[in-house]
Amino acid sequence: MARSSKKEARKESIITTALKLFSEKGFYTTTIPDIAEKVGMSVGNFYNYFSSKDILAKELIMYISSYLGARIREINERPVDAKTKIAAIVSMYFEMATEKPEMIEYFLRVYLSNREVFGEGCEGMVCVSPFITELMLFFESGVASGELRDQDFFSAFGLFMGYLGGMVFLFGEKILPEPLSYYEASIAENIYHALKAP
Amino acid sequence: MPSRPRKLRLLWLQGVTCNGNSHAFLNLPWLDALLERFDIMYHPLLPSLYSLEAVAACDMTCDVLVFEGAFAPGLRRGEKGLGALLEHYAQQASYVVAAGSCASFGGMFKDAMPEGSGLAFVHDKPGGPLARQGVINLSGCPVHPEWLGYALMMIADNETIALDALHRPKALYSHLAHDGCLRNEYFEWKVDAKQFGQKEGCLFYEQGCRGPLTHASCNRTLWNEVSSKMRVGTPCFGCTEPDFPRRNLFETKTNMSIPEEVPIGVTKRSYLTLTGIAKSFRVQRLESRLIEDE
Ligand code: SF4
Repeated sequence: MARSSKKEARKESIITTALKLFSEKGFYTTTIPDIAEKVGMSVGNFYNYFSSKDILAKELIMYISSYLGARIREINERPVDAKTKIAAIVSMYFEMATEKPEMIEYFLRVYLSNREVFGEGCEGMVCVSPFITELMLFFESGVASGELRDQDFFSAFGLFMGYLGGMVFLFGEKILPEPLSYYEASIAENIYHALKAP
Repeated sequence: MPSRPRKLRLLWLQGVTCNGNSHAFLNLPWLDALLERFDIMYHPLLPSLYSLEAVAACDMTCDVLVFEGAFAPGLRRGEKGLGALLEHYAQQASYVVAAGSCASFGGMFKDAMPEGSGLAFVHDKPGGPLARQGVINLSGCPVHPEWLGYALMMIADNETIALDALHRPKALYSHLAHDGCLRNEYFEWKVDAKQFGQKEGCLFYEQGCRGPLTHASCNRTLWNEVSSKMRVGTPCFGCTEPDFPRRNLFETKTNMSIPEEVPIGVTKRSYLTLTGIAKSFRVQRLESRLIEDE
């Protein structure tokens, strides 16, 4: 394996390990030695990859945002109507929350709850741009095609993502009696009805 | 001593028009120098060799035919049908120039006249009485006097004028009206003017500016050598494009707060990425007035 790709693989493994630890144990209680140990590297070597916990935290949110952005982009590029895209986004999001819960957990429990960590370098949309941009493209094309009602972007964004985030939160808290997939169709339907043009 | 070349004979005819291009032409700062190079057979406002009636007799020819206004099949000029008049003079002319957006693409007057057209285009499709002739389109409402001056001087000097797909000189219409606008810094950081006439702020989102979507060099070659619409605080209306006049000129159409059209040549994805990030930062200097009103 070439040196750079080996380094990339190690970086990736720090990212996935850190995501798990942060979302399970919390951001402040997880230390760099904890992460290094779990990855199987020395603390000194860890610093070759990320020079601080805050920098790692920002990389993680950009990693999740790019991942989510790429998944939504793939849906955006399908030649289907907005209703079908809503269902696909809901299904993708819930699948991600079930199979890679640490990603969504990190977003909800670390990024949104510890804003002080993400001040400089992650202002506004900077670290979540790929994800928000894809949702903008989704909403814009939905309105342009006449399927969705024109309204303020953040009102629509909050309705869509707030709803999904809330369900994943309930799921994480083990409050939901059924798995997330059980609610997929009705939630997609609700979102579509709330957003569709009159 | 070499003899001076013969002056080209220029004929200026009008279709359905507000005379705006004729008037704009009079504001060309070096009009005298330009007129030295031509014999004006007829122009509605300038001293001319012939009357319109004499021109309408169609027993002479011109080298350069300039046409202003939309073409309307039923229109008569000097007792002659406009179609026949154009056919006669265009056939013999070495150059035909459409001055203004009505003559180029139909413009404002075509809007009210379903049968109307430009000289060689109907909006962005070939059409009109001279669709098969090589017409030089100088769109604009009105045409910028410097652009008309440029084209006529190139013709007088027998220089080749490279044209774009809509027959507009590339030298004048390759850039966007946004290029050279003094508000570019505000555009970059997404800070919009809150009202007309302010020196600060971009006019894209809140005033309907078409600068980033319009091929024109208004901010590179200023009007009357001093200004442009955006410089005084009113939005560009995209008057050089074949879809002019659009509706709701003071509005940029948005869908869920996102502009439906983004700057020419930029994908919506990259535009939204960039603007989202730009909007995440607040540039205090740009958000407050630079000079407070007394
Ligand atoms: S005012 Fe118009 S031309 Fe000027 S920067 Fe803004 S969008 Fe561009």
